Amino acid sequence: MIAHAVFFYVFSIIAVISAIMVTVSKNTVHSVFFLILDFISISCLFIMIGAEFLGMIMLIVYVGAVAVLFLFVVMMLNVAQQKNQWFYSEATSGHIPIGLIISTIIFFELIIVVGGWKYKPELLNPNTTKISNEISNTHSLGQVLYTDYIHVFQISGMILLIAMIGAIVLTFRQREGVKTQSYLKQISRERSEGIEVLEVPSNKGVKIDD
Amino acid sequence: MEYVNLVFEEVYKILFLLVPVLVSVAMIVWLDRRVWAFVQKRQGPNVVGPFGLLQSLADALKYIFKEIIIPASSNKVIFILAPIITMTLALIAWAVIPFGEDQVLANINVGILYIFAVSSLGVYGIIMGGWASNSKYPFLGSIRSAAQMVSYEVSIGIIIINVLLCVGSLNLSDIVLAQQNIWFIIPLFPMFVIFFISALAETNRPPFDLPEAEAELVAGYQTEYSGMMYAMFWLGEYANILLMCALGSILFLGGWLSPIDLYPFNLIPGAIWLILKILLLFILFALVKAVVPRYRYDQLMRLGWKIFLPLSLIYVVLTASYLFYFNLLPTI
Repeated sequence: MIAHAVFFYVFSIIAVISAIMVTVSKNTVHSVFFLILDFISISCLFIMIGAEFLGMIMLIVYVGAVAVLFLFVVMMLNVAQQKNQWFYSEATSGHIPIGLIISTIIFFELIIVVGGWKYKPELLNPNTTKISNEISNTHSLGQVLYTDYIHVFQISGMILLIAMIGAIVLTFRQREGVKTQSYLKQISRERSEGIEVLEVPSNKGVKIDD
Repeated sequence: MEYVNLVFEEVYKILFLLVPVLVSVAMIVWLDRRVWAFVQKRQGPNVVGPFGLLQSLADALKYIFKEIIIPASSNKVIFILAPIITMTLALIAWAVIPFGEDQVLANINVGILYIFAVSSLGVYGIIMGGWASNSKYPFLGSIRSAAQMVSYEVSIGIIIINVLLCVGSLNLSDIVLAQQNIWFIIPLFPMFVIFFISALAETNRPPFDLPEAEAELVAGYQTEYSGMMYAMFWLGEYANILLMCALGSILFLGGWLSPIDLYPFNLIPGAIWLILKILLLFILFALVKAVVPRYRYDQLMRLGWKIFLPLSLIYVVLTASYLFYFNLLPTI
């Protein structure tokens, strides 16, 4: 039990500190690295409460894919050089009040939503909830998602698909003069199409039209 | 006192796993160079020790005594962290590989997801190394490899779903035990081929070694590294290759199970069968390196997204419908 508590506090302290460092650190790339550290310690906490499937999915989806793309974008835009001086520069300081207003609104909305939540009685007393050893949490998650709430799940999948198509349509534009390589055309090229053998008369040469 | 004993026991177990893995990584480098040489009618390393077996040890010694150079304008912490991360991630994944019925360090419920997560974290070593070097070639190499590894992870994930449909468990030992009647390579052969090629891309092996393509990028993300830090990248890379071979043999070749379930073959311990299967897959890896020329970058992306992804998705549908129709779906 002591080891459990020690690990819990280690992971949660790392999670909190790295979450603070994400916003504080001046180099944007460092922020992303701290975000990754945060994700990893959160997934360790998930594993500690017995939700190993969620923890692993968190690692695979957020750390393995989403954060890689974050890093990719941050590195490609080269924001590392311009540093995080957003807060101090005069040009952008006008945005701060608007940002504060929006974040307070979201904060109160969250409080209202979470405050109005109805919990199951056994959830409020975590000592009495048992983790079943009979069925792994992967199986029980699958049961909930694919058997009990399959229609809701499918609808949310459709919404995500529509969002994806929308994003592609919005950024898609027909560009002029783009040269594409046709794979089939490349491998079906014959020798006779590419090479022409010429008789070259001595001391005269030939004219090649190019 | 009880805690201390427990910790010592765990450390002993971990060392018992890690030391053989590290030694076999050294041997596998030698094997790689030998196979490569034999395909090209050369001898390969054959001077140090019998058949040149100690060549990797000699190389390691050389790397240890070389000076570690850290570029002045690099980001020092991340620069040093990158090879450490690569090597650590390559080694921690071995914790869940089962070498026999109960011979596994951590028999966790979500073993396959753990390996998948760790191998998807592997990209960070490369990105960090490339970015922290603060130089053009390493940066280009790391950007390439980020895109490449993320793309091929998708198809590997879907191939794993194919296998999981037949097993009904994420535990690696269960996956092996489900193959007692028939190895999954037979019903899922197209998936095995795609897995093999994706594993080549995932571990940055030729013909997909674009992150370190020496003709264009000097040595990619490794350009600025020297001495022991370079050696750690190199060890991590080969440990990853071994891991992918182990994963392939567990998913498709029946892990520790003997190919013929008859009297004399049953006596051979399962670990030996697993090692033989890993070696077989690795020799295939080495042969591919020697035989196939490097892919162009657009061909690589096309192969990953336009061919492997749809093919493996179609196969998921086929496998699921087959299992459903013949009522073979695994129950809890």
